[in-house]
Formats: sequence, structure tokens, C-alpha cells
Amino acid sequence: MALLRVEDLKTYFQTDAGLVKAVDGVSFTVNEQEIVGVVGESGCGKSVSWLSVMSLINPPGKIMGGKVLFEGKNLLEYTRHSPEMRAVRGAKISMIFQEPMTSLNPVLTVGEQVSEMLRWHLKMNDKEAKERTLYLMNLVGIPDAKNRYDDYPHQFSGGMRQRMMIVMAMSCNPRLVIADEPTTALDVTTQAQLLELLNEMVKEFQSSLVLITHNLGVVARYAHRIYVMYAGRVVEEGKAEDIFERPQHPYTIGLLKCTPRLDEEEGRELEPITGLPPNLINMPPTCAFLPRCKYRKERCAEEPWPPLFPVGPDHYARCLLHENAEGRVNMND
Amino acid sequence: MSDGPAVIGKAATVANFQEAPPRISEWKRFRRVFFGRGMVVVGSLILLCVFLTAIFAPWLAPYDPYKPGVGNPLEKPSKRHLLGTDNLGRDQLSRLIFGARTAILVGFVSVIIAAVIGITLGIAAGYSRGPANPLIMRLMDALMCFPNILLALVIAAILGGSIVNVIVALTVALIPTYARVACGLTLSVREYDYVLASRLMGFGNFYIMFRHVLPNVFPPIMVLVTLQLGAAILAEAGLSFLGIGIEPPGAAWGAMVSDGYQYMMSNPVLSLAPGLAIMLTGFAFNMVGDGLRDAVDPRLRGLL
Amino acid sequence: MTKYIGQRLVQALLTLILITLIVFFMMRLLPGDPLLIYLGQRAELHDMTDEALEELRKEFGLDKPIMVQYVNWVAGALRLDLGTSIFYREDVGTLMKERFPITLYLGCIAMAVSTTAGILIGLLAAVRRGAWPDKIISPLTYIGVTIPAFWLGIILIYVFAQKLGWLPVSGFTSPFKDFVQSTRQIILPVICLSAFGVASTARQMRSSMLEVLPQDYIRTAWAKGLSERVIIIKHALKNSLIPVITLIGVGFRVMIGGSVLVETVFAIPGVGRLMVSSIFSQDYVVVQALTLVIAVLVLLINLVIDLFYGWLDPRIRYN
Repeated sequence: MALLRVEDLKTYFQTDAGLVKAVDGVSFTVNEQEIVGVVGESGCGKSVSWLSVMSLINPPGKIMGGKVLFEGKNLLEYTRHSPEMRAVRGAKISMIFQEPMTSLNPVLTVGEQVSEMLRWHLKMNDKEAKERTLYLMNLVGIPDAKNRYDDYPHQFSGGMRQRMMIVMAMSCNPRLVIADEPTTALDVTTQAQLLELLNEMVKEFQSSLVLITHNLGVVARYAHRIYVMYAGRVVEEGKAEDIFERPQHPYTIGLLKCTPRLDEEEGRELEPITGLPPNLINMPPTCAFLPRCKYRKERCAEEPWPPLFPVGPDHYARCLLHENAEGRVNMND
Repeated sequence: MSDGPAVIGKAATVANFQEAPPRISEWKRFRRVFFGRGMVVVGSLILLCVFLTAIFAPWLAPYDPYKPGVGNPLEKPSKRHLLGTDNLGRDQLSRLIFGARTAILVGFVSVIIAAVIGITLGIAAGYSRGPANPLIMRLMDALMCFPNILLALVIAAILGGSIVNVIVALTVALIPTYARVACGLTLSVREYDYVLASRLMGFGNFYIMFRHVLPNVFPPIMVLVTLQLGAAILAEAGLSFLGIGIEPPGAAWGAMVSDGYQYMMSNPVLSLAPGLAIMLTGFAFNMVGDGLRDAVDPRLRGLL
Repeated sequence: MTKYIGQRLVQALLTLILITLIVFFMMRLLPGDPLLIYLGQRAELHDMTDEALEELRKEFGLDKPIMVQYVNWVAGALRLDLGTSIFYREDVGTLMKERFPITLYLGCIAMAVSTTAGILIGLLAAVRRGAWPDKIISPLTYIGVTIPAFWLGIILIYVFAQKLGWLPVSGFTSPFKDFVQSTRQIILPVICLSAFGVASTARQMRSSMLEVLPQDYIRTAWAKGLSERVIIIKHALKNSLIPVITLIGVGFRVMIGGSVLVETVFAIPGVGRLMVSSIFSQDYVVVQALTLVIAVLVLLINLVIDLFYGWLDPRIRYN
């Protein structure tokens, strides 16, 4: 059953240079205890869409439309900092950010930064909150948690801080955890450990997880389903194995061709996607990937950006190639 | 345009694929930010007026500012004497106009000398790895423990209350700020790769200081100079209010406030007008300094 | 933290020594015979015989080498023996004992007012950025830092004492003697003394708060579901206070300097007024002593602020 459904979400930024349609009509579904990967280049709107789900978009950004259905309510009907929205944030849906170095408050102890959530949302007293925090700190493998409870963020390494962020995110036993590039700022060995930990944690707490990343390798191992985003829209969605084995959108194919994989035979050459991501100001109505596309046809420049066509069971791609059912692409052609 | 991936929402720089919009030139950006705030424009206009008044004082003043008895003593403002006359029958407007000369002269000379000495000390302290740094900086700390006006008062009292000594006194009082800012900036510039590279290539300390450090220190110092001009003019006014500085027939705004104070009940404009002049000038320097800072480099906000 | 405190104490000690050197040698810049420091400029030295001059030199220790004179002077200051005023013919320590409490009383109230009012006003302007409180506050803070304290005093006296007659024109009464009268008398001087502090603190507070609010950790706090009140007070305020605290030291220095002018305008018998009158009566012993004491006081305040700063910012506390 769907835990969260995002429908036709639009988030625009009014900048000096013009209106930036950072997120322009995206829809997601996250099921109970599911791990969903959201993949795309920087600036494709993947972070902005999930910050919108949390109503954490600051001016000049504005959510222009759509629905965020969670537990039978449309979260976008609440005002940004209303009590109803605050009761969801942190307690039912929590978020882990990219920069562990700057995402923790430097003048508060790490323990307090977790305990305050427990006192706030779960109405625990000081002692209960501290006990639960220590329990969670042990669970995520912070050694000597008792003594480190009163430490400040700058006394922690990057990996340890991100573990604290995980503690914070899990503290109130949320239904959904949104992890926005949680390992990008860390070194490779720590990355793997943290992803494994995050995976264990959502299993342990029976939560769902949204893993936002620009790195297909990160989601390959854990995600059940994947959304690929480009220029503020979802261009392909499907089960992880379908996306990796039978990608149907030229952009996804391009992404896979430039991502090294550990489980493949030697000898494949990595191919970069040529060109640059588009300027989101004054976008033409045609496919945004068109200028970089290797599969483009003349018709592509005449038609507006097509809708998501079904290309297999639970597998969709936003490309004219799939207008007819027989248009399937083999990425190795 | 930009060749890196764009981050949406954080900064509004979005990579453009089709056509590159023209890059805004530094000067254009500077002008846009600087004149973007109404208050900064007002400040600039006030400063322009004060400068012009100071330069053209003899032509602008309707009467000889030093000559007593051009009107009756303590005349109320009238068509003949727009701001009235003081207790000696001197035209208050003329004195106000000549007072701008004193303020600008004292302010500029002391701030410029203080900047030259302070920057030299600061760069030397920041660049040296020997005992010069702690020694210079502690000396600056020590000087900073004396309130500006107190230091100026004592120096002027010892050397005598002439206008030159007021300038000396203000200079001494203003040096530490420049030294501190220059030292802090030098310390950060020193760690830049190109300074290191320059050192590796065997260039001498003096060459590096002039070639690399000074240009980096210069823009924030310009901002500081503007802000300090306001402070110097205020301090000069305080000193002349206490009766130190300009010799009796001369006109200084602070002294005029003090002289007019006795006749506050009968003729408040005598004291109000020069006070307003002090405040507006200080206000204008502060506004322009702030505008400059935001236009040159908004990151300086915490520093200056 | 111990290392940080130790470092600060050593620095302060070095600065203290430099302060004494500056004060001592500044007085020696006085043109003419150094005896004038102790006798006043009007002493008619040329009428005296050489023997009499020699006698006087001996009395004041001026026959010894200059470094010895310096050490003796510092030793005296440490014993709180700051010399005798030639004008008042009284021990400088006694003179100060009467006047310092008055200046400090006014100063402490002004500091308290400027810090609390400045922080609150700056906070309000930052949180309601661009709305009407900010639009009123921002220009007022510019006026506050540039209005000359003495002129503000004159205007306040003119309006509230002379025209409206609500408050006394000038003077000072001990709060222990007549609390109501004392309070009525200090209202205007305190406004003058704290104008700069309120305005500069508010300005710093506003800009440092605006710097903190877009930080990642504030976004984290929002994502945790906390309320705006908790986020501002608990998560943002402490961070944004760090740069404001440093400014309080500067504010104190400016305020002590301003008390020279304000005490003159309001005829308050504090150290500021003593300073001015001593300069005009060429009472150099008093000038020297006051300069030293004020500088040391500013040094101490800054030391306390540095230590408080260390307490406020754990990154300093634990490094």
C-alpha cells in the first residue's frame, strides 16, 4: 500500500534572471517499507521536490501546485510552519541532509540535538529522552556513546556526524526517511558503511526510505524502485532491476553508460553524456534532453515533451521512442 | 555561461545550454549593488554637498565667518542671516559652511595618515612569523584600550590644543583598527596558493607583500577608510565641543554646538544646526561605507 | 579551554605592561621640564634656584634613571598610590573613590540597556526582515551610531527638561540618598550613553542573525519539526550572539569615552568630568592616573568578554 503519494508537484523559484521551474509536475509513490531511489544530475530538481514534500522551501522558492498525500491528508494544504505540518516533520517524515559538517548545530551538544526531538514530539522527560538517544547511538555504532552524548559536533568526524544525523532521523520512529545525498560528502569506505547502516535502520524500524543521489552506484544495491529525474521532471521510473538491465529513456541509458559498475566484465568503455544540463529559465516546451540526445528524431523538436509511456510492467519512460509499444530500446545497440 | 553543474534553489545560477547571457561586468555589478539602496544614494548626495561646501566655502559663505558684528548679537534666523547670528554677531551660516572645511580637513588627514601607518604595521605583523606579530598586535591591543576621545584628549592636552595636534591625536587613535584588519587579511592571504608559489619561486618578502598582499587588502581598507572618516569627524566634533582643537576665531561644528548651548532657550538653532551637520555627515559616511562594503564584498560584513 | 584561558591571560598581561608604558611615556612627551607633571604648567620654575629644583626633582624621584622612575611609578600604581592632585591637593585615589562609582553606576545601566535593547531590537529586525519593524529599525540604527552623544544630550535637555519640564536639567544624586530623584536625573544621561551601544548592537545582531538563519543546521531544526520560537531562541540566537559579544567590548570603550562628553553636558561629577577639568587645570597627575585606570578597566572588560566568548563557542572551549 502506498505510504506517500506525490502528485503533479510544481515548485518554482522567482530569480532575478527569471522564473526557474525547478520541479515541474513530478509524481512519486513510496510504499510501506520500500526503498526508493531518486537519481539525477545536480539541479534536476530531486532535492527540491523532496524539500517540497517537507514544506521546507524558502523564498524565493514557492510550491505552485500538486498534492502530497500522506496518511490520508494532503500536506500541501497545511501552511508551511503550521502545527499540523510540524507534527509530521521529524516525527512521521524525517530527513537526512548532505553536509554532516554543517547540518548539526555547532553550539549544542549532539545528544541534546536528538533528545530535544524526543521531548518535543513524543513528550518524553529528560531522562527517557537521554536513554533513548543513548540506545540509538549504540545502535548506529557510535562507540562510547555515554561519554560522547555531551560532545559538540566539531568533536565528531564526518562519518560519526552522519551517524548522529541518522540517529536524529530515526529517533521518533518515522514512517518515512528522506536521505538527500547522505553519503556524498564522505569518503568512499565510510559511504559504503553508512549506506549499509541506513538500510539496516529502516529495516529495523520498518520505515520507508527515499534515497536521493546523483550516483546510480549508490542506489543500485539497495533501492527497490528508482525514479530518474531530468530538468525538473521524472523521465523514467521502474523497478531497480528494470532500470539497470532494461533502461528505456536515452538519459538513463546515458547515465548507465557513464557509471562504472563493479559486477561487470572488464572492457566496457565509459561514455560521457555530451553537452550541459539545460537552463531551467524559459525552457522550450520540447523534450529538455533533446540537445544531448543520441536517439533524437526530427519529430522530437516539433512535439512537446511527451508524457510517461508504459514500457513494461511498472516501468515508464518519457520519450517519443515509446509512443508505440514496439519501440523498446536495447541499450547495447 | 557556467561550466559547472547548477544548484537550484541555493544560488540562482542555472547553467544555460543554448545561449550564454552576457556576463555582467564587475563595474556594472558594483554600481547596481551600490546604488541599489536608496539610503546609499542619499548618503552619497550628502557627502557630495559636504565636499563641495568645504571646497567652495569662501564663495558660498554670505559673510566673513570670523568677523564679529556683521549683524547684531544673537539675531534670530531671518532673510539676512538664514541661521541667525551668534553671541558676537557673527553669521552662523557662514561659520557652518567654514566648519565643513575643518571637519573634512581633520577627518581626511588623520584617517589617511592612520591608514598608511596602520596598514604597514598590520601587513608587517600578519606577514612576519617572528616576534614582530605578537609585539605589534599587543601594542595595538593596548592602544585599543584607550577610548578614542580620551586618547585624543590626553594627547591634545599634552601637545597643546592646536588643530595639528588634534590631527596627530586622532591619527594615533585610529591606527589600531587599520592594523588589526590589515593583519587579519594578510594572515588569510598569506595562505593562498599563489603567495606560496611566489615564495617558492624565490621572490622576496617585500615583493610578495606589495605584489600580492596589498592588492587583496586594499578593497576592504577602502571601506574601512570611509567608515572611519565618519568616526573621525564625530571625534573631532567631540574634542572641539570640549574646547580642544581649533583656535578661537576658527569655526568647528563641535565648538559651535557648545557655544550655542548657552543660548538654547532663546535661539536653539545656534546649537541644533551644527549638531545636525555633524550627524548628517557621520551618517552619510556610514551609509556610503556600508554600501561600498556590500558592493565590494558582502563577506566583509562580519569583519568591518 | 585551559590553554585558551592561559593564552588570553598572557596576552592580557603583555597588553597591560604596554598600557603602563604608553601612559608613562606619553606624559614624558610634555614639552619642558618633567617636573611640570607634578607641579603644573603654571609653576614658575625659572624663578627657582638650582638647589630648589634639585630638591623637587629628588622629591618626585626624577633624579633617577627613567626606567627606575617607570618601575617606581608602576609599583606605586600597584599599591594604589597614584600620586597627589595639585589642583585638589588630595590623593588621586581618594578623588577617584568619589567619582568612579558614579561613572560606573551610569555605565553599567547604559551597558545593560544597550545590550538587552540592542539584541532584542536586532532580533526583531532580522526575524521580520523587510517588514515594517525592520524598515523602521534599520534607518534608526544608522542615526544611533552617528548622532553625537553631546548633541543628543543637548536636544534631550531642551525637549524633556526645558520645554516639557518632565525631567531635571542636570546634576546627580546618589540613589541611596534619594532614589526617585536620582533615577529622574539619570534617565537622559543613560539614553545618551547607550544610544551608540543600542544601535551598533542591534545592527550587528540583525546582520549576524541574517547570516545564521540560512545555515544548514537551521534547516535541520526546521526539518525536526520544532517551532519557530524554539528555532530562533535555541538554535539561532546562541550562534548569532557570538559576533555580537565581541562588539560589547567595543561598546564599553566607546561608552567610557562618551561619558567624558555626557558628564560634561549633564554636570555629573564622575571621572569623565574630572578628566576634562584636570586637563584644563593641567593637573597631569590626575590625567595620568585616570588614563591608566580607564585603560586597565577596558582591558579587564575585554578579557572577561574573551573568556565568555570561549564559553559560548564550544569550538573554542575544546580546542
